[in-house]
Amino acid sequence: MINWLLQPLTYGFMQRGLLASLMVGVLCAVIGCYVVLRSMAFMGDALAHAILPGVAVAYLLNGNLLIGALVAAVLVALGIGFFSRQGILKEDTAIGILFAAALALGVALISTIKTYAVDLTHILFGNILGVSVGDLWLTGGLGVLVLLTILLLYKEFMVISFDPVLAATLRLPLEWLRNLMLILLALTVVVSLQTVGVGLVAAMLVTPGATAYLLTRRLPTMMAVAAAIGAFSSLAGLYLSFYANIASGAAIVLVATAVFMLVYLLAPKRGVLWHALSGNP
Amino acid sequence: MESQEPARLEFEQVTVSYNDHPALSDLTFQVPYGAHVAVVGPNGSGKSTLFKALVGLLPIRSGRILIHGQPLGDHKDCVAYVPQREEVDWRFPVTVEDVVLMGRFGRLGWLKPPTQQDRAVVRRSLAQMGISRLAHRPISELSGGQQQRVFMARALAQEPHILLMDEPFTGVDIATQDATLELLSQLKEQQVTIIVSTHDLSLATGHFDQVLLLNHRLIAYGPPAQVITTQALSEAFGGRILILPGGGVVVDDCCRPEETGSGEVVAKRI
Repeated sequence: MINWLLQPLTYGFMQRGLLASLMVGVLCAVIGCYVVLRSMAFMGDALAHAILPGVAVAYLLNGNLLIGALVAAVLVALGIGFFSRQGILKEDTAIGILFAAALALGVALISTIKTYAVDLTHILFGNILGVSVGDLWLTGGLGVLVLLTILLLYKEFMVISFDPVLAATLRLPLEWLRNLMLILLALTVVVSLQTVGVGLVAAMLVTPGATAYLLTRRLPTMMAVAAAIGAFSSLAGLYLSFYANIASGAAIVLVATAVFMLVYLLAPKRGVLWHALSGNP
Repeated sequence: MESQEPARLEFEQVTVSYNDHPALSDLTFQVPYGAHVAVVGPNGSGKSTLFKALVGLLPIRSGRILIHGQPLGDHKDCVAYVPQREEVDWRFPVTVEDVVLMGRFGRLGWLKPPTQQDRAVVRRSLAQMGISRLAHRPISELSGGQQQRVFMARALAQEPHILLMDEPFTGVDIATQDATLELLSQLKEQQVTIIVSTHDLSLATGHFDQVLLLNHRLIAYGPPAQVITTQALSEAFGGRILILPGGGVVVDDCCRPEETGSGEVVAKRI
């Protein structure tokens, strides 16, 4: 058994991949709690797709793909905030417009690239086995930055999420905090690209948070449980990927989904099966 | 709470728009320090708009609002607002204590965790609303009346000079209604200015110093006996009023639009 667990770690690329996916799993899960509570799942998915033109431009310019992705994600996040401010458009409408526009731009740019490169597929579906030491430092640095901000602004983010009216009464800078949260989300999405890719980031943002929501009743515990689920899914998913020889991002997401299904059925008080067994409808 | 300055709340020709429609026009009135005011008017007459303008949620188109003689926004913790209960997500993972503690965040400032004193204020507010035993209960498990008390405890924790309550008597049980009225009389002793919107004319006349009759503009303002007249009520409520032979007046406007069908009728004999 121990051998079974240790064997993949004899490879350097597996060590780095494991470290990266653990960091991403925890990071996505923690900020994902706000994504779940503020109904921002659509936003998370949109941001993930919106980075495509940034990546394409960076690729065409021979620049750093992650930085290109970062710039595009932050621009789109702020654009959504701009179009939906003061209720001119509903937020999901603004997201729908910008998300599709960015995706179209990304596809248009990519179609001009003659040699459809491997790197681009990695952006779409993740390439955990190609994580370099530099990538690890970038992931770690951005991850710490995001988590630290969430920790320091814990009470402000909680108030604007639970009761924006109170936040306004307390004269908190609502718009500013909302934009900051979008930027944190954008950073998280970009960092996650290595492990799960554009297509599956939304799952890593939503699934662990939603699972923790079913199990806990306070925000700090919800975040802790979500982080544990995110870490476990990343770990188990990577082993699954190694031994069953399937794509790592997909394996991680499938494990997270399995955990969610289990909890949805069995969670005390809220689980479907729990209700059936205890006789409560 | 101690308040040294004998100040008041003043509206000077205030106009507030909501999506370019003027919701309140040319509102001028003054609330003396420590007064209790009932705001009465039909659905959509601008009662909630009045409150939202007062807490800075809606911009003021023209005119000005003065608190303690200073323009709105100069006071961080002065005004507390108890919104209608459906305005927040009651499945949010926080406990009763967490919610009441949020009332202290305005005083705390950035990056500062709550102090022992903040927690003491929270405990006192919970006790004052009779919900100390619910402190560690998740808010998803509360009844409507308990939710209302949590909001009121949070407003108390803000230690406001002015307390605004939007329809606190609508859709709550008698015990909560009594607790609300009891709180009002306690705050009367502490000289907290209170503005409450209500559909209930008998509560408005029985428990408040002043009544403000509103329908997008000020219809009448003053002591209840002077304001609640057949003429003023018909002006405010229009067709939604029935004048009975013998001077009785029936106002059929209790339920919010989405609740029509389960309406009650409030009658008031003048």
